[in-house]
Amino acid sequence: MSNVSVTKDAGGPESAPSDLVVLNNVNKHFGALHVLQDIDLTIASGEVVVVIGPSGSGKSTLCRTINRLETIDSGHIAIDEKPLPEEGKELAQLRADVGMVFQSFNLFAHKTVLENVMLGQLKVRRTPKQEAQDKAQALLDRVGVANQAHKYPAQLSGGQQQRVAIARALAMDPKVMLFDEPTSALDPEMINEVLEVMQQLARDGMTMVVVTHEMGFARSAANRVVFMSDGRIVEEAAPEQFFNNPRSDRAKDFLSKILQH
Amino acid sequence: MFDFLEDYDVWEAFWVTIQLTLYSAIGSLIWGTVLAAMRVSPVPVMRAFGTLYINTVRNTPLTVIIVATSLGLYQTMGIELGGGDSKEIGFRLAVLGLIAYHASFVCESLRSGINTVPVGQAEAARALGLNFLQVLTLIVLPQAFRSVVAPLANVLIALTKNTTVASAIGVSEAALLMKEMIEIESDVIFLVFAIFALGFVLLTLPVGMLLGWVSKRVAVKR
Repeated sequence: MSNVSVTKDAGGPESAPSDLVVLNNVNKHFGALHVLQDIDLTIASGEVVVVIGPSGSGKSTLCRTINRLETIDSGHIAIDEKPLPEEGKELAQLRADVGMVFQSFNLFAHKTVLENVMLGQLKVRRTPKQEAQDKAQALLDRVGVANQAHKYPAQLSGGQQQRVAIARALAMDPKVMLFDEPTSALDPEMINEVLEVMQQLARDGMTMVVVTHEMGFARSAANRVVFMSDGRIVEEAAPEQFFNNPRSDRAKDFLSKILQH
Repeated sequence: MFDFLEDYDVWEAFWVTIQLTLYSAIGSLIWGTVLAAMRVSPVPVMRAFGTLYINTVRNTPLTVIIVATSLGLYQTMGIELGGGDSKEIGFRLAVLGLIAYHASFVCESLRSGINTVPVGQAEAARALGLNFLQVLTLIVLPQAFRSVVAPLANVLIALTKNTTVASAIGVSEAALLMKEMIEIESDVIFLVFAIFALGFVLLTLPVGMLLGWVSKRVAVKR
């Protein structure tokens, strides 16, 4: 899987009308730990950005700041040219436009699969019930779990749950999808079914930020790889270039440890 | 042996006990849920009020609260809660006192239930664009309630028995009748005790068993 066409060169953050997500000089501390240090990152509409790096490098935190599940200490984040508002009605509206998929799926445990995918449509978008149900059913079909619609999340396998979670996020017609280690909690044989759904999304032109340890996915689906270490973005490059010819020593070291087997 | 019972309306007295229990249970469930919502809300003033309320009311003897409703609210401040005669006023004041007291226990049970809901559930709900109240009422509280049915049953049983304190302000429920019977029927005093003890067991035992069954039925699978 190396026939990737790289359209966008890795470059510094420059503001263009197609820039969907812009992080500017973002800093965050957890107590004494400086988890995000001067992060500048710009994600264009339709772009798939994969964030990789060692554990504790701040990549999940970075992903979570984009819809303000984590607050930041300083800097600016804008989505579709609108700066992230404070907690409240406006932030809720903005979050509705940003899909999020979690490592631990986080499907609502007391609701059926279908209800999970309908909830946001009904309560946030105020979609009529029948319309919401049809859309939910179509999305479940698209991610390949249509026959599980009336089960509860605990009755599904991890891979199925994560695909439902993707459908739940897609039901809001998000402008951008955030994936926070979507396959890290899955059994090995279930990883591919989730990655295939994500590959399809990427091909359909969805703007995606994906924090992952799946190097195969990064190679095949990413337009750009962002390598983080110790709270900094150490390297940004097209996947070909990053995996075959990393520039920084930290990235070389990281890749040598994971790619040898 | 049970002839003396013909002079008393035991059923009437227990009916008042049941009414006290029902109204207070519904009231404390509602007020306790509101208090729990305050205690987990993002608004500092509400959290502070919730904490202050719980720490004050939970640590005050119920007798003090009930007597204070009668002597303080009614006789000093003239608050009658819309009750017509003194009997009805006493009943309503007792319900108010019971709600105020037991809501704090409902709140704390519920709060421990909220803590059993994984934080990811609320995060996923927020990420969909639900606001605080929606996250609470659609996602967190429904799961919290399911995990605290058994502790809430304890509160309900305690409440049933605590209604006897209402006799302190003259509400004619079971304990007041018992006091009367103890004085007049002192020759069968153990029988009197046994009758009232049995009456309360008959009220609380089915409640405990029913809610124990409900608790297993509604448990959230993870």
